[in-house]
Amino acid sequence: MSQFAQSSDAAALASTRPPRRARRKFNVMSILGTTPMILTAVGVFVVCIIFSFIWSFTNSKLFPNFNFVGLDQYYRLWASDRWNISVGNVFVFGIWSMVANMVFGYLLAVFMDQRIQQEDLFRSIFLYPFAMSLVVTGLVWQWMFDPNLGIQSAVRQLGWTDFQFAPLTNQSTAIYGVVLGGVWNGVGVTMAILLAGLRGVDGEIWKAAKIDGIPAWRTYLFIVLPMMKGAILTAFILQCTGVVRVFDIVIAMTQGGPGVSTQMPAIYVIQHITDRVNVGQGMAAASTMLLPVIAVLALQGILQWNARRKKEKAL
Amino acid sequence: MTQHSVSIRDLSLNFGNVKVLEHLDLDIAQGEFIVLLGPSGCGKSTLLNCIAGLLDVSDGQIFIGGRNVTWEEPKDRGIGMVFQSYALYPQMTVERNLSFGLRVAGMKKDEIDKRVARAAEILQIGPLLQRKPVELSGGQRQRVAIGRALVRDVDVFLFDEPLSNLDAKLRSDLRVEIKRLHQRLKNTMIYVTHDQIEALTLADRIAVMKNGVIQQLSDPHTIYNKPVNLYVAGFIGSPQMNMLNGTLNGTTFTTDDGTVISAVNYQFMAPVSGPTKAILGVRPEHIVLGEEARAMPFSLDVEIEIVEPMGSDTLAWTKIGGHPVTFRCNSDVDIKSGQKAVIGFDAGRGSIFSVETTNRL
Repeated sequence: MSQFAQSSDAAALASTRPPRRARRKFNVMSILGTTPMILTAVGVFVVCIIFSFIWSFTNSKLFPNFNFVGLDQYYRLWASDRWNISVGNVFVFGIWSMVANMVFGYLLAVFMDQRIQQEDLFRSIFLYPFAMSLVVTGLVWQWMFDPNLGIQSAVRQLGWTDFQFAPLTNQSTAIYGVVLGGVWNGVGVTMAILLAGLRGVDGEIWKAAKIDGIPAWRTYLFIVLPMMKGAILTAFILQCTGVVRVFDIVIAMTQGGPGVSTQMPAIYVIQHITDRVNVGQGMAAASTMLLPVIAVLALQGILQWNARRKKEKAL
Repeated sequence: MTQHSVSIRDLSLNFGNVKVLEHLDLDIAQGEFIVLLGPSGCGKSTLLNCIAGLLDVSDGQIFIGGRNVTWEEPKDRGIGMVFQSYALYPQMTVERNLSFGLRVAGMKKDEIDKRVARAAEILQIGPLLQRKPVELSGGQRQRVAIGRALVRDVDVFLFDEPLSNLDAKLRSDLRVEIKRLHQRLKNTMIYVTHDQIEALTLADRIAVMKNGVIQQLSDPHTIYNKPVNLYVAGFIGSPQMNMLNGTLNGTTFTTDDGTVISAVNYQFMAPVSGPTKAILGVRPEHIVLGEEARAMPFSLDVEIEIVEPMGSDTLAWTKIGGHPVTFRCNSDVDIKSGQKAVIGFDAGRGSIFSVETTNRL
């Protein structure tokens, strides 16, 4: 409501100062058109997050209630081995998958940048995994890693009968199996974003580097890569959000096992809300998961603010 | 055989079926300032990129310093290049920008420092060395870009429209500076531009290009006063050369509406036999007014249509036999539109072109 009041104020203001009218005036149709989306966004994101946060301070069991118990749920959360292992796992998973994703994404983008033939075809191939649900991706890689069906059995059938490759069956390697599946799924998007960044670099930079006799790999690494900060940041933030909420691929590949070796925070949340009938504990975990997301967003905000300030300073 | 700094022999370049350059020959003397001039798409930048080794040629050879460099890497050709967008490495300081290529080549540090210091002194960018490109103005950036070519200590400098991104004031400042640089360094310079003022002011010789072919290669005075064809005549000069359609019979030019203009003083490339369809071109500043006009081989009473005072001089529009004609006169002369006046010129200072071949007669 206040929005409309504001807009009419603005319109009144604008009528006395015609030159600013175009900037101040709200288009009624555009407000009408976006209202459902605004309501959904506010409802789903803001309201749900607020309720999650509130319930995380209650002892809600099967159904949410409002019996506040202070920080009890958070104490229990951080006392839980299962949660602590999950947090450790998500860090291992996150760091490896982000590093692998960025490195291979950039290498693929550089490869695509060599004016190869059939570029569109290759781009589609690399992007295709992303179009698939992570559940499907997880299932496919689970088969690939299955000692009786996948790579191991295929290689053994070729004659190397003592070949061993079954990462998901081992507690210490299972998480890297999941990393591989995740990277396969997401690397195409990183490639597409970084390729757009590469193509955005002025062609004369390349010419200048050639005249200077700088080898192509050094140009890619020391000149072009630092010029793509925006694209890298975008890819990085996409990765981060993907890591924090990682759930379906783990469920499809390992269900958090063997043991608890691939447990993730999101699995912890879902299990407490559903199987374990402890909504309060699930909400506490979910609210905790929100912290790194906020941190990443704040980081992005600060970086952008800093860049804008620098730009203004230069002008 | 005299040693040319840069020689281009029978150079052709095709992109698929599109012929960008065709059988092009060009010899550039040591220390010469050559300007490649033409509208966009005429192949001038392409030619420069071929010389730099940034484009592979389809046919022909390129010699730099007497060495066949047709298939050599750009860095081995002994060239430095300056680009329109400056193409500085944005995350490096000015000093790093200047020295990066040398470092990568593995040059000793004290030699690098010496070269950077020399370039900084010549271009007066010493105080800027620790800044990054974003903190520099356009003119400063372009100086750094020139510096990057300078530290390479090469014989041939290539400029690809280096002033086109600058505003008018900076452009004329930096133009003078490039000329000063050339006088000091005495390097061979090849300069691509679409700006005829830059070409006329900077060049020892200008190559006017069209559709991948050099139309005329000559010193600025000849290009301006004796253009070899209609294209060059129309491209060079602002305002444009006045063009009168008519017929040439011996040394008498008759415009389409019957005005007779004597071309007795005109130096023909070859004797013209019989009546030929021709175009007489006269530069606006070769037309004079008043008493002076009476003394000219051709003079005519006209009515002034429009007067454009330009400050340093004044442009006036009138008609000769139905053709619109502009002429330039001293800004102190008092003329007004609607006024009757006498104008005159010597066709011997003009240019006569064949309508059929568009070449100079």
